[in-house]
Amino acid sequence: MSSDTSEIIRQDDVTIRFAGDSGDGMQLTGTQFTDTTALVGNDLATFPDFPAEIRAPAGTRAGVSGFQIHFSSADIYTPGDAPDVLVAMNPAALIINYKDLKPGGIVLVNTGSFTEKDLERADCKTNPLTDGSLSGFRVIQEDINQRTIEALAGSPLGKKDVLRCKNFFTLGMMYWLFSRPIEPTLEWLEEKFGKKPDLFDANTRALKAGYNHGELLRLFQGRYEVPKVDNVEPGTYRNINGNQAVALGLVAGAELAGLKAFLGSYPITPATDILQYMSVMKNHGVITCQMEDEIAGICTAIGASFAGHLGMTNTSGPGLALKTEAMGLAVITELPLVIVNVQRGGPSTGLPTKVEQADLLQCIFGRNGEAPIPVISCSSPADAFECAVEACRIAVEYMTPVILLSDNYIANGAEPWKLPAIEDLPRFEVKFVTDPEGYTPYTRDAKLARAWAKPGTPDLMHRIGGLEKDARTGNVSYDPDNHQIMCETRLAKVMGIRDSIPTPTYYGPDAPDLLVVSWGSTYGATRSAVEALQKEGRRIGRLHMRHMYPLPYGLPEIFASARRIVLPEMNFGQLARLLTSEYPQFKFEQHYKVKGKPFFAPELKAHFRTILEEMA
Amino acid sequence: MSELQQLKAKDFKSNQEIRWCPGCGDYSIIAGVQAVLADIGVARENVVMVSGIGCSSRFPYYMETYGFHGIHGRANAIATGVKVANPDLQVWVITGDGDGLSIGGNHMIHSLRRNVDLKIILFNNEIYGLTKGQYSPTSPQGLKTKTSPYGSVDAPFNPLQLALGSGSTFVARTLDTQPKHMKEVLAAAAAHKGSAFVEVWQNCVIFNDGCFKDWTDKTTRDEQTIMLQPGQPMVYGKDQDKGLKIDGFALKIVPAAEASAWDPTVDSAGPAFVMTQLDNDPAMPRPFGVFRSVRKPTLDELVHEQIGTVTTKRGPGALKDLLYTSDCWTVD
Repeated sequence: MSSDTSEIIRQDDVTIRFAGDSGDGMQLTGTQFTDTTALVGNDLATFPDFPAEIRAPAGTRAGVSGFQIHFSSADIYTPGDAPDVLVAMNPAALIINYKDLKPGGIVLVNTGSFTEKDLERADCKTNPLTDGSLSGFRVIQEDINQRTIEALAGSPLGKKDVLRCKNFFTLGMMYWLFSRPIEPTLEWLEEKFGKKPDLFDANTRALKAGYNHGELLRLFQGRYEVPKVDNVEPGTYRNINGNQAVALGLVAGAELAGLKAFLGSYPITPATDILQYMSVMKNHGVITCQMEDEIAGICTAIGASFAGHLGMTNTSGPGLALKTEAMGLAVITELPLVIVNVQRGGPSTGLPTKVEQADLLQCIFGRNGEAPIPVISCSSPADAFECAVEACRIAVEYMTPVILLSDNYIANGAEPWKLPAIEDLPRFEVKFVTDPEGYTPYTRDAKLARAWAKPGTPDLMHRIGGLEKDARTGNVSYDPDNHQIMCETRLAKVMGIRDSIPTPTYYGPDAPDLLVVSWGSTYGATRSAVEALQKEGRRIGRLHMRHMYPLPYGLPEIFASARRIVLPEMNFGQLARLLTSEYPQFKFEQHYKVKGKPFFAPELKAHFRTILEEMA
Repeated sequence: MSELQQLKAKDFKSNQEIRWCPGCGDYSIIAGVQAVLADIGVARENVVMVSGIGCSSRFPYYMETYGFHGIHGRANAIATGVKVANPDLQVWVITGDGDGLSIGGNHMIHSLRRNVDLKIILFNNEIYGLTKGQYSPTSPQGLKTKTSPYGSVDAPFNPLQLALGSGSTFVARTLDTQPKHMKEVLAAAAAHKGSAFVEVWQNCVIFNDGCFKDWTDKTTRDEQTIMLQPGQPMVYGKDQDKGLKIDGFALKIVPAAEASAWDPTVDSAGPAFVMTQLDNDPAMPRPFGVFRSVRKPTLDELVHEQIGTVTTKRGPGALKDLLYTSDCWTVD
């Protein structure tokens, strides 16, 4: 392959979207391209976009599955906005995605799936390849089905299985186009199909054929090179998605607390992967119980915490609603518990595979009675590990349930993560009570955390539960004054968490014209947009929130320095509303998007620019 | 200090004043449990009582053991978490016909099918007591209550059939009026490894008084009930002159000498289910005692066994191995 004489075009930043039928293997193609790109040394971020149906009717628009990767020779914060390259395996994938492409972008189309019948399935009245839809793009047409069949001539596999290798042919073409080595994928194939030589051979041949095809046929004007990032912080990295990072963070958090992790769970999109990842970690002593429903998931976790484990449960919005009553039980019994909510589009079943961040106020306030629960929010896949550890810390140090917010964009998006040194991780070892002297269930420490005595400990037998208890004795109490004291104490305990959390860092000029406050997965697009405007010399700054409740100290000082404050949120202004009630002296302007799609940096930049120009 | 000394029933009483209505059947049940715990010699610190919501669910507060008063219907799920986290604990679930079969029905059937090692006592009084008298999932059709003033039109569950259908490895029934029988049944439940489901007919003196009187009244009970004894002929009657004989998929009344022996340890739940069918026939005695008792692996055993197997195979995991995997790369 060294004889390749194609022109090399240097490009610093590329976004590719792979799109095909949900059975076409586009997620696998995307993750292979991602892993190889990480090894090449680019910064990257990815985001898969798949339908709620596992196998919608083949070839229909409902069945289109996409995977976007943004990679660069500089630091990046989002999976990219408008793609430079679209790979469309069938008409439905093309129709749904081509409008997102950059002007002049490349479209690689698999013409083998553009028969009359294919067009009909995709509900195309005319053929988009010939009706002018694609004018303004560089269209490369290739019958990938046929090329794959030719490449696998003589394979013992049936035609259907041969055609399933077309994603590796496509991957090979993309590797050539973007000057990536094929070896990492060959190694992966060896690992995956080592014991199935026919499949290994077929996929290997398809991959190599696709790579050579890029060179031989000169389909492209040249090949691209995206140099590696130069000034990467030294360290060990791995690619991680948000659900993986949460799973690792929870297990690490339990270990740092000196406890065993116990996950009580019920499968729900897009949170299920956390259960799947943790169910593998048995040799780390992790117990996972896939229960009969969401309520049983959290209730087993509460039971496990009562028994002295670190109970955890993971879910998405509808599941969180079901867990509501049990969360109140964890509040009143003051047991440590981590509740992960991977948000998706709502209300009700809503958009199960799409992103939204509209559960914030549900998490903070959505329970009967005065039931304060601290809420933490992850901002990216790599950030999710640290947030999960932080959730565990707060849970055990304050004897409280904690909600960890993620969302579908973080959960399924991936990026390189600089691994922490194990010895640098915080330790917050739990000390169970063993001395009966002076013990009551509600004996509190300086942080107001109640004493934790676990069953099996002699002479500390006690009873806790959902009924209000006497602050001194721990017995059931209906005393009016006691109830107020207990409610105030539980609130004061949660508010005291502020003493252990930092004020978020403000990035920008002193006294900015515009301050952008973000939380959750809007981090990347907000940062990109604000930094771009800062480079233009605009007086704009940003503040990103991790601790959503209680709010950290120091915010009003930052807010006071700005002329205007805006909050981009994938909801109707829930953080804006919270901040307005906490700090009524400031005006918080909301900017929302609830389309099941993340904010893109250009749209935020345009919005912020409009505000800045209004002020000029 | 661990408790090696012989404890008495009173040692299992907490210092809390019991607040059940005078005459409530619950008093008899708690006395039975306390006596059995003392008899079997379990340390108080190794016992956990978990309950849901309802009159019966106040039970843990009155026991000098660890206790968790949960939320409505969820005791089985909470108890599953306790037991799986620490299999050394003896975990009891205290529930009622509303708590365990209505709002908590789902958790009940699933904890039974998983064979979690829980001792489940279902106080069946065929009524909602704590909410002051509404029909429950075990109330007979036609029962007039505050929410069924013209008679309940709901068909009831037979708790034993539900438990057997869920694969429960131990199913038994006893009555609050027969403390000796209750202690025998509770002791058998405590000794059973696996889910033990014990239905107790418990009289609610306020809202459903006398609902079991045909089977509890001294003048009628001997002819109306049969106490199953493992391995013994199924005989009953004031003079122990009648017996039951297994006849295909049914039971028939025969002279005592011809009675079949009762064996709750057969693998099939079929005979136990046939036995529960007597409840539907007014001409037949109501059966009490152990309907089924078979040993199967429990959830808590299987979970920890699997953890052990995987750990042996892969070696004990260190946090570093979890983070620093083979697909990492290093930047200098």
